[in-house]
Amino acid sequence: MKRLLPALSLFLALLPSVPASAQTRPNVVTSFSILADFARRVGGDRISVTSLVGPDSDAHVYTPTPHDAKDVGAARLLIVNGLGLEGWLPRLQQASGSKAPIIVATQGITPRKRGADADPHAWQSVGNARVYVRNILDALVAADPADAAVFQANAERYLAELDALDQEVRAEIGKIPPERRKVISTHDAFGYFADAYGIQFIAPLGVSTETEPSARDVAEIIVQVRKDKIPAVFLENFNDDRLVGRIAAETGAKIGGTLYSDALSEENGPAPTYIAMVRHNIRALTSALGR
Amino acid sequence: MIRQALIDPFSDFEFMRRALAAVIALSLGSGPIGVFLMLRRMSLVGDAMAHAILPGAAIGFLLSGLNLFAMTTGGLIAGFAVALLSGLVSRSTGLKEDASLATFYLASLAIGVTIVSVKGTNIDLLHVLFGNILAMDDPTLLMVAGNATITLLVLAVIYRPLVIESVDPLFLRTVSRAGAPAHLIFLGLIVVNLVNGFQALGTLLAVGLMILPAGIARFWSRDVTPMICIAVASAIVSGYIGLVLSFQTRIPSGPAIILVASLLYLGSVLFGRVGGVLPQLFPGRHLEA
Repeated sequence: MKRLLPALSLFLALLPSVPASAQTRPNVVTSFSILADFARRVGGDRISVTSLVGPDSDAHVYTPTPHDAKDVGAARLLIVNGLGLEGWLPRLQQASGSKAPIIVATQGITPRKRGADADPHAWQSVGNARVYVRNILDALVAADPADAAVFQANAERYLAELDALDQEVRAEIGKIPPERRKVISTHDAFGYFADAYGIQFIAPLGVSTETEPSARDVAEIIVQVRKDKIPAVFLENFNDDRLVGRIAAETGAKIGGTLYSDALSEENGPAPTYIAMVRHNIRALTSALGR
Repeated sequence: MIRQALIDPFSDFEFMRRALAAVIALSLGSGPIGVFLMLRRMSLVGDAMAHAILPGAAIGFLLSGLNLFAMTTGGLIAGFAVALLSGLVSRSTGLKEDASLATFYLASLAIGVTIVSVKGTNIDLLHVLFGNILAMDDPTLLMVAGNATITLLVLAVIYRPLVIESVDPLFLRTVSRAGAPAHLIFLGLIVVNLVNGFQALGTLLAVGLMILPAGIARFWSRDVTPMICIAVASAIVSGYIGLVLSFQTRIPSGPAIILVASLLYLGSVLFGRVGGVLPQLFPGRHLEA
């Protein structure tokens, strides 16, 4: 019976020979671009997905616009990351008068602690991405039971791709000599990635990325890179790539490329989808750390 | 111990040596400019100019993306345009220099913000334009030094009309027509030095290294030439102490440099030989018979 039900609902879903038109497709609003990619993969052409924080934009410092409030007001479903990433959302939902249920995509993931707070960047481990996809699948099925079978099939296909991606990441990192699996990075977004795949992201001691670095901060990074023989620096959120260039020039460390952490790139960029993003990051890491 | 604190940061780290070189080059250009700004009662012009540069940077960004050279060039052009237009308006109409500059820079700022929002990214353009004194790579260092050289050479050429016009514009008008061109060239130099300062200090701190040393110098001399020398020297000293301070205490370098300059200014207000507070309260005995 359990196996019959999806097949039956697939059949029912296919019965109206014209696919549901754009007007009747449920609007799903996600808080940022990576969730939107997950939702698109699961929902396929049966839903329309809008992301509040677009590609190449930072969800941490985002300020909602009136247009966003309109989107939220028209949403059937709101998908958020949770773990404290979208502090602005409650007010936005209240302002928009939306009654849409909020789905927390990280439901069931044990959060890493970062100080007293949870680290929200759970999607950086592909294993966690699978949890995101399952949660989104459940939410879509609940919101639109008629298309459940389609969602189920899309999700199965996507989860298989994610499994392959996970294997690929492990294989790539396996090629890096273990003693070289460390980078200096001011990114605080790769905790889950580091836990899952065993690359050390060493934060420069006492350096805050939000403020301008002092001469002391830069000197300490240089000393640390020299002392620990760290092969590469990934410091692009220092905002000034000349500063990173200076550090690299004085230590002989390689400058790592851009790591995408909180947002996908534009359609024609290097990381338009989640899978492309993980591949891009792993390529940046292996080319900086490999010999 | 003292050697360790004052010299070792520079002998151990190349970025500190480069920062010091940059700050010296900046001081050489900005010091004299600041003195003339002050003499001409234009000290706030630097601030206004800093905002006028945005649309140029934005157009540079539109044309070639996040390219530092294009954005700097665009900023220079926009700054020159605003300087020239407001200079022309104030010279040919009754509107005062500060008023015409204020209108042009506000218009320019509005154009800049519009262009940025049309493009629709939330990258802070000026943030990209603004560098960091600790991040002097070869092209930036050469540009800062080159601009300082140009500033000094041009100042040498327009020095006489500039000085005379600063102290007695009516006299200059009766003997020469050099006043207006010298003034416009001077406005151009302000723009060059501001963009220069942005590369090194970031945001409005660039203006600080221009204005504060001039303020300091005013309390120690009445003559233009010593005033310029004192301004340059105090800018260099602020730069050096500021870098050491930033190295020892984790204060970001830009603010550290300006903080030191502010302290020097405070000291000058209190103890300055020319019009300082204490010398006025306790005048020397030399006037007595």
